[in-house]
Amino acid sequence: MTRALVNAPKTARRGEVIEIRAMIQHVMETGYREGPNGVTIPRNIIRRFVCKYAGEEIFSAELFPAISANPYMAFSTVATESGTLTFEWTDDKGETQSASAEITVT
Amino acid sequence: MKISRPTLDEAIDSFTGGAVVREGRVKFEISPLVENGNAVPVSVEVDSPMTETDHVRRIALFNEKNPQAEVVVFHLGPRSGRARVATRIRLAASQTVVALAETSSGDFWSAKANVIVTLAACIEDISQQ
Amino acid sequence: MIRLISLSLLACASVGIAAEIPLQERRSGFEFMSPQTQAMQAEESSNPGMLWVADGERLWGEPHAPDGKSCASCHAEATKSMRGVAARYPAFDEQTKRPIDLMGRINQCRVQRQGATPLTQQSDELLALTAYVAYQSRGMPIAPAADARLQPFRENGRAWFERRLGQLQLSCASCHDDRWGARLGGSVIPQGHPTGYPLYRLEWQSVGSLQRRLRGCLVGVRAQPFEFGAPEFVDIELFLMQRAQGLEMDTPAVRP
Repeated sequence: MTRALVNAPKTARRGEVIEIRAMIQHVMETGYREGPNGVTIPRNIIRRFVCKYAGEEIFSAELFPAISANPYMAFSTVATESGTLTFEWTDDKGETQSASAEITVT
Repeated sequence: MKISRPTLDEAIDSFTGGAVVREGRVKFEISPLVENGNAVPVSVEVDSPMTETDHVRRIALFNEKNPQAEVVVFHLGPRSGRARVATRIRLAASQTVVALAETSSGDFWSAKANVIVTLAACIEDISQQ
Repeated sequence: MIRLISLSLLACASVGIAAEIPLQERRSGFEFMSPQTQAMQAEESSNPGMLWVADGERLWGEPHAPDGKSCASCHAEATKSMRGVAARYPAFDEQTKRPIDLMGRINQCRVQRQGATPLTQQSDELLALTAYVAYQSRGMPIAPAADARLQPFRENGRAWFERRLGQLQLSCASCHDDRWGARLGGSVIPQGHPTGYPLYRLEWQSVGSLQRRLRGCLVGVRAQPFEFGAPEFVDIELFLMQRAQGLEMDTPAVRP
């Protein structure tokens, strides 16, 4: 489990466009670097990020090695209903890590 | 390590399927001079009403001189409200970076930026870590 | 009186003591960065160092050995008990009769009061705990402890700062007192104040300690770097904090 930090407003008005930020601790090893003994360090990156709002996907991203370590994304969505925002990061091995945040929409 | 990779134009063609790409409607924010190529903040905003019938479907970034042309592909939709994304990318050397937007009508718009990348003055001896 | 002054002026000129930065010209490394990197640091939701701070918060409350105590067992809420601590460290350690830095103190607590093993300097765990503690001083002015017992060690730190080292025969002062604001390669030379450690260095793509940064400089001038935890490093940090007094702590800083 690596550390993830998500930032979304706790409350919003219906129809308001809100900004969401998500950042996760990950080395994003490109697969192009050589270690001290000249051996290539194997690739190990997060390749997919998905954000769901009350169960429905509202944003996703395909990440490549050119995304910086400890990947950070900011994006928007329309506040429609109170519910849970879930965030999922999937790496090269297919392993997923998630985080969530609650939003109250009035 | 010499790595062969598609040119910037070839990479864009793969993404668009050869469709016409017009410059405009895309506001691509990236500093022309970056202090370190490991983490370059970028943001892309596309002029779009983001309605059910007229919205941005994908925003992609491509580079000219990294080992690989792709950087990221964002998937948006009418629920996005606003076609604006931000992230941090790696640039291996001074080069051109292109932001591409695909709309729901299948049109492609782009903006490009030339970036100078400076490196740290002293290289750390990682064998001693 | 006049003879004394002119003699001391002569002495300064002949020894070539590096010019200390005048008080009103002192600037944090923050001010030498591009606006983009400054924004990365200032916005906590995008500052990668905060990932380590968040981990540190978790580790603060966790026992570090079976039946062991957590940091919170003795220190309760870090937001209260650790406020201002990093801003006045290194402190005088009664046990070793020497200055001790924050990482050293955390490990000392782990071993002696928590029944745990010490953490290595570059471990994410120690960096996270230290970042969390130092984060409690964010925004506060650096205020070194006014402890006379620290003075000889501080002077040793100053001597190291002014000593020419390595194959390149450069001292810290050569760049950070004499040439701050100029460029080394493509990078602007900052004044070298440790306001934001442990910090996220873009070059490292990770959070690291002041000692890691100092080792980088020592390797840069082709000198033999001290080992992590070396007393020389603590003495240098003691001097640097005095040199930076009044500047704002900004842990976890972001630096290129």
